[in-house]
Amino acid sequence: MRSIISVLLENEAGALARVVGLFAQRSYNIESLTVSPTNDVTLSRMTITTEVDCKATLEQMMKQLHKLVDVLRVSELTEGAHVERELLLLKVRTTNAETRQEVKRTCDIYRGQIVDITQSLYTIQLTGSGSKLDAFVATMDETSEIVEVVRSGVCGIARGDKALRG
Amino acid sequence: MEMLSGAEMVVRSLQDEGIEHIFGYPGGSVLDIYDAIFQSDKIEHYLVRHEQAAVHMADAYSRSTGKVGCVLVTAGPGATNCITGIATAYMDSIPLVVLSGQVPTFWIGDDAFQETDMIGVSRPVVKHSFSCRTAEEIPIAIKKAFYIASTGRPGPVVIDLPKDVQNPLNKFPYEYPESVSLRSYNPTLSGHKGQIKRAVTALTSAKKPVLYVGGGAIIANASEQVLALAEKLNLPVTNTLMGLGAFPGEHKQFIGMLGMHGTYEANKSMHNADLIFACGARFDDRVTNNVEKFCPNAKIMHIDIDPTSISKNIHADLPIVGSVEVVLQQMLDLMEETKATNDSESINAWWDQINEWRAKDCLAYKTSDTHIKPQQVIECLYKVTKGDAIVTSDVGQHQMVAAQYYPFKEPRQWINSGGAGTMGFGLPAAMGCKIAHPDRPVVCVTGDGSIQMNIQELSTCMQYNIPVVILLLNNRSLGMVKQWQKMFYGGRQSHSYMDSVPDFVKLSEAYNHIGIKVDTIDELEPALVRAFELKERVVFVDVAIDPEEHVYPMQVKFGSMEDMYLSKTERTDA
Repeated sequence: MRSIISVLLENEAGALARVVGLFAQRSYNIESLTVSPTNDVTLSRMTITTEVDCKATLEQMMKQLHKLVDVLRVSELTEGAHVERELLLLKVRTTNAETRQEVKRTCDIYRGQIVDITQSLYTIQLTGSGSKLDAFVATMDETSEIVEVVRSGVCGIARGDKALRG
Repeated sequence: MEMLSGAEMVVRSLQDEGIEHIFGYPGGSVLDIYDAIFQSDKIEHYLVRHEQAAVHMADAYSRSTGKVGCVLVTAGPGATNCITGIATAYMDSIPLVVLSGQVPTFWIGDDAFQETDMIGVSRPVVKHSFSCRTAEEIPIAIKKAFYIASTGRPGPVVIDLPKDVQNPLNKFPYEYPESVSLRSYNPTLSGHKGQIKRAVTALTSAKKPVLYVGGGAIIANASEQVLALAEKLNLPVTNTLMGLGAFPGEHKQFIGMLGMHGTYEANKSMHNADLIFACGARFDDRVTNNVEKFCPNAKIMHIDIDPTSISKNIHADLPIVGSVEVVLQQMLDLMEETKATNDSESINAWWDQINEWRAKDCLAYKTSDTHIKPQQVIECLYKVTKGDAIVTSDVGQHQMVAAQYYPFKEPRQWINSGGAGTMGFGLPAAMGCKIAHPDRPVVCVTGDGSIQMNIQELSTCMQYNIPVVILLLNNRSLGMVKQWQKMFYGGRQSHSYMDSVPDFVKLSEAYNHIGIKVDTIDELEPALVRAFELKERVVFVDVAIDPEEHVYPMQVKFGSMEDMYLSKTERTDA
């Protein structure tokens, strides 16, 4: 089962390595991991998406994360209502007017934005859930030639009053 | 405010932390700290012959006292040589602070001479680590390191100290923090009240309970509470390999060690129990055997200070996060208050059953006219030391025999590498214990394989006159490996015998110690008596034992707790 774990941890040298090391050491799977300082720059917020075989593994994973001395809070987003978003940047080859139009149309349908243009390339920005991004990439692959894809990994936050705070 | 250099701050911080002994080895990256140590009259430093031994010495110093052990080594190989020692302490939750030198900050990342990423190399086997990039960070890093190492589930902490940070020419204001708090680290000590209530109800209503006590009870200093609870409810008590001594080995309610080489009665009791109360034990695979077949009728109650230990291997029906000492005291207080007790009739019936298993006398063994049996050696050791020695061990058959045949009276008397199973632990461990307890007899029970993994420390013993007794159960082979090869590999002894065991008597004499060779059973007791009478000397007693002896009972692989081989020819009903 796919789970999204939010982690609030000290923004200190070595903290990220400890989290990544833990996953490697205990042979847990990481599908994506994003990390960045929060409004309080002494803290970092991390979102990890993972695939686990059962609830017990997920619980053990969360306890192990919490055991790290740098970690303040751990919570699972997928157990409740939440918002998850991922950013995609995609570069496609647009050598003729027809392709350019088709790319623009597809982009509009998905509510993406073209953020850079050269004579033969469009760079598109799109945010959304992982599956929306997957669908967009698949469509683009049929429409034109994809040159480069970069995805940020999932960022997530709980809906409503629930908050992960120091 | 007092002005000190980084190097001086290291030594002063250790002093202010109350450290009296430190184990280590100098080198380029820590010369400034060693110079500061030279000028300190408060810290006694022991120079080892290999850094691994320094960590084991500090580790056993800690295990035998409860204080934090402290190590100082140089960068690169000095630091990496510590890894086995750090991993050993990590697996057994032993508080250590390891200070390692590092190349100057401006060289880090350049593959400088003796540069190793110690923070990276040690990461999987430490509780936490610090890298000091300025001298001002040193006192707070040391304070935090000792705090983290010794609280919660204890463990080793590494502090990396680049050489330029130690520079004796640069002085900074020094103040050692009185206390420290970390917003991200707050170990839970007392148990949840509702859980305590439920635990008392479950324990007092159990008809076939077993108290399963591990090393956590020793670390938490909970022996008094374990004894009080066991006696109050007349509970059978089993100890893990790490828990030996947490409950008195000769107490009538002690049913022996459990697990792979546990007693028949302990493993039978566990398998047939209706309630297992784990106190500071972690359901290690050497205890549970096949988890699918583990104790089919038992409700599991588990106290542990580390939430990750709970429901990791075996699901806990009633988890309690907290210190074993505090939680058991909470339970005792509640029982006192509510006058809760159990049904003595069903407990007596349970004891009748356990005593039937006991009557099997699973530790009985056949003596021989031609060979000394390892069990005889440990029994003799017990007799000669009157059960009062601190016993350290290495890893293998001798370790299991010592665990089975030397009933430990008190906690911190049995010092062994349980989780990591580190050969070479025993001798430096004995030295660490002797330094902490100069007036107590300390003996290292070892094998001919293990002792050769850190035998260079005989030299350290000579330098500081650390008079330990080394009791070698010499079977000219890697006994435990050979036992498995005999049992499961068609007897093919692939690289498990020692073709050229040295003359240990001569070797001891080369280090100005006393060596005694024992070849017959008649020589054994006089040799041990003499060894412990020579209080000021290191005595190496080399006992030739039966090379064909196996350790029994032994759980049958993939079986339940009660599936055991009882001898070379006998096995429990499957």
